[in-house]
Amino acid sequence: MIKIPQSVYDEIVAHALKDTPIEACGYLAGIEGEVKYAIPMKNTDASNEHFSFDPQEQFDAFKKTQKEGLRLISVYHSHPETPARPSEEDIRLAFDPNVSYIIVSLAGEVPDMKSFIIKNKTVEKEEIEII
Amino acid sequence: MKLTINGDAKEIKDNVSLPELLIIENVEQPDMVSVQLNDEFIRQDEHASVALKDGDEINFLYFMGGGA
Repeated sequence: MIKIPQSVYDEIVAHALKDTPIEACGYLAGIEGEVKYAIPMKNTDASNEHFSFDPQEQFDAFKKTQKEGLRLISVYHSHPETPARPSEEDIRLAFDPNVSYIIVSLAGEVPDMKSFIIKNKTVEKEEIEII
Repeated sequence: MKLTINGDAKEIKDNVSLPELLIIENVEQPDMVSVQLNDEFIRQDEHASVALKDGDEINFLYFMGGGA
């Protein structure tokens, strides 16, 4: 289970809505499964079907959270036009076994957010608790 | 030797190479991580030639991307 403050949940959705039709993406900083804040990241692909992080921006986020005693516990990205489930590409590129993968879908009438653990190309749904 | 790896202080055998260290750290696909040694990026083609020394700080982060 991953615990997300309502304010962070709202921020992720707002980021997805702001960037659409481009996929929005970012890290969630936290500790022991509880998110503290979101770190919006630049989608270097600037695409409605793909996203990639910039390595320098990744290290900047990593070092900031390290100094605060936090970790990068989740990665989020939006699916502007498809459901909140990992695509084949999402699964193929999920190399980090230490994070949750959150997807926000804008395909329906209201945004839909789901979280997944992806290890060794196996997907397991993770419960989100809004706090 | 003592290394700081992704923020954690660890005791690692002497003369370990960067590729060996990534294996020790259970990185299954080293070509999919970005590595910084003492805040400097190490290019993929330089990994094998990097000599680690006591006190080094190594951070590695996985490529992050996906589709829809």
